[in-house]
Amino acid sequence: MRNAIPVLGVVAAIMVVWYLAAVWMNAQWTRDQAARAGIEVSFADIVADTLAQDRPRLPAPHQVLLELHALTWTEEVHSRRGIVQSGSLSNRSLVHHGLVTLSATFLGFAFGAGFGILLAIGIVHDRATDMSVMPWAIASQTIPIVAIAPMIIVVLNSIGISGLVPKAIIAAYLSFFPVVVGMVKGLRSPDAMQMDLLRTYSASSFQALWKLRMPASMPYLFASLKVGIAASLVGTIVAELPLGGAGLGTRLLAGSYYGQTIQIWATLLVAAILAATMVGVIGAVQRMTLTRMGMAQ
Amino acid sequence: MSAAPRPHWARPVGVGLAALAALAAVAALVSPGMRGTLAAILTDPRSAALAAIWVGIWLANAWLAARPPPSALVRALVTLLFGATLLLLWELAVRLYSVPAVLLPAPSAIAARFAASLDILWIDFVQTILKGALSGYLIGCSAAFLIAVLIDRSPFLQRGLLPVGNFIAALPIVGIAPILVMWFGFDWQSKAAVVVVMVFFPMLVNSVEGLKATEPMQRDLMATYSAGYWQTLVKLRIPAAMPFVFNGLKIATTLALIGAIVAEFFGSPTRGMGFRISTEVGRLGLDMVWAEIAVAALAGSAFYGLVAFIEKRVTFWHPSQRGR
Repeated sequence: MRNAIPVLGVVAAIMVVWYLAAVWMNAQWTRDQAARAGIEVSFADIVADTLAQDRPRLPAPHQVLLELHALTWTEEVHSRRGIVQSGSLSNRSLVHHGLVTLSATFLGFAFGAGFGILLAIGIVHDRATDMSVMPWAIASQTIPIVAIAPMIIVVLNSIGISGLVPKAIIAAYLSFFPVVVGMVKGLRSPDAMQMDLLRTYSASSFQALWKLRMPASMPYLFASLKVGIAASLVGTIVAELPLGGAGLGTRLLAGSYYGQTIQIWATLLVAAILAATMVGVIGAVQRMTLTRMGMAQ
Repeated sequence: MSAAPRPHWARPVGVGLAALAALAAVAALVSPGMRGTLAAILTDPRSAALAAIWVGIWLANAWLAARPPPSALVRALVTLLFGATLLLLWELAVRLYSVPAVLLPAPSAIAARFAASLDILWIDFVQTILKGALSGYLIGCSAAFLIAVLIDRSPFLQRGLLPVGNFIAALPIVGIAPILVMWFGFDWQSKAAVVVVMVFFPMLVNSVEGLKATEPMQRDLMATYSAGYWQTLVKLRIPAAMPFVFNGLKIATTLALIGAIVAEFFGSPTRGMGFRISTEVGRLGLDMVWAEIAVAALAGSAFYGLVAFIEKRVTFWHPSQRGR
């Protein structure tokens, strides 16, 4: 809690800069409108107007929060299409689009992380797999895979695979390699002395895996799971760009086509909340696991 | 060792086959449609041929890998052999099953397209990588490093900015691309802006960590020389920060390419790798798309390799770089 005050200070500073930037960037539009209408505007008028425009260049923080509230709570509870009155989530609300994105992210992440762990076990136990696959796994991290996500989506769509699965494939692919690389490091982290001890017990390689390598790899596993789930979310959002259906990526592109800046920012805020929550949940599981295993610092 | 040792490759191959069989059994149990597909695959001589090639080269690799001690040359050979096998299987699968080119072009077709459209690829490379990604990378990384040096003087800012920076580094920042494209227009300036924002926070966090990486003994030595803040910074702390800084620089290379390419999906002039990918997908020119992907892969590896090479020259003293 020692960091609470500095963090709050930095966040407050960011907010102040954001408001100043909003006034500065939106002022031109206000002056143009006033000049067209032939009225003089005072500085106070400019400030009031720049923080309340419909399509500002940079919306003020409170506008983004109000939009977020309108597109989640108001839309679902009070709107005709919301879940309270129609029984299903509104297709305008960010709850609906967020859940679509989240389900693809989770599905992909589960598969990517699962196969990543299996491949890492294979790499640690078999030298041929290690020498064949590992350099490619490392090299693939330097390739901007996420940039080709839309193409994979379109191709899979054209052969009739649509909906959740193509996005999940991208998400799985993106979380796969961080988990492989981190997990190999973790499974190799027991030192020679510990491995020798197990050999004197004449432990089989499966016992060594289960009783030494797996527990020793937990810190590495959680670190790479955090990276992996963040990558999965980015992959899903980018993969949604070419799709016309639902999802946060689709909302971003729609907002950019129609100049709905406030909606773009609200969507970004939802994406940020999702990412922070998922990384936070994994971090909490990590703390609980490591504490129970006696490995927490 | 017993009299008739089991071949070293028997267990991995056996485990792999057992896992495949288990997967197939689960799939067959779950859906009747999968059962038909599986039966068709299993009885098809074409898939047998592909499987034979796979197993054959895998055995060769296992044999090479098991000869102790594997030299650097053998290691490279095993890796390249594996990569070449994947390409060969891809080529053969596309030809044997006559997969339409609008779904998956063969590697040979992609190579042919690559060679035939070098001029277009070069224009896209200049637009996206050199103008968009590289300028954004240089601006973002140097700005982050300078700000790291500044906030390093203030413990308050360090404790405040590091958690915020770590938080922002985990966010899907690429989502701000549509906003920056609105602000900076369709040309490379908006792509560079996206790249600046994407590389800034990983670089900032790593630089701040690095500037803290000196040991008390080293700082005491500088104090006994009565070195001032700037002398300590230039002669001790910045060199000591270099391993962390290069870690940030390496992470940022991939992010820079991703940012520059993805930002083009939100609007671009009629050139650039992201523009080409999205329009060629629309025209079903998948061989061109794959050629662009090959360019992105080559550029990404080369960019990363360049930074790693400079790292090796700059941080030659660090334990991770010694003794190889």
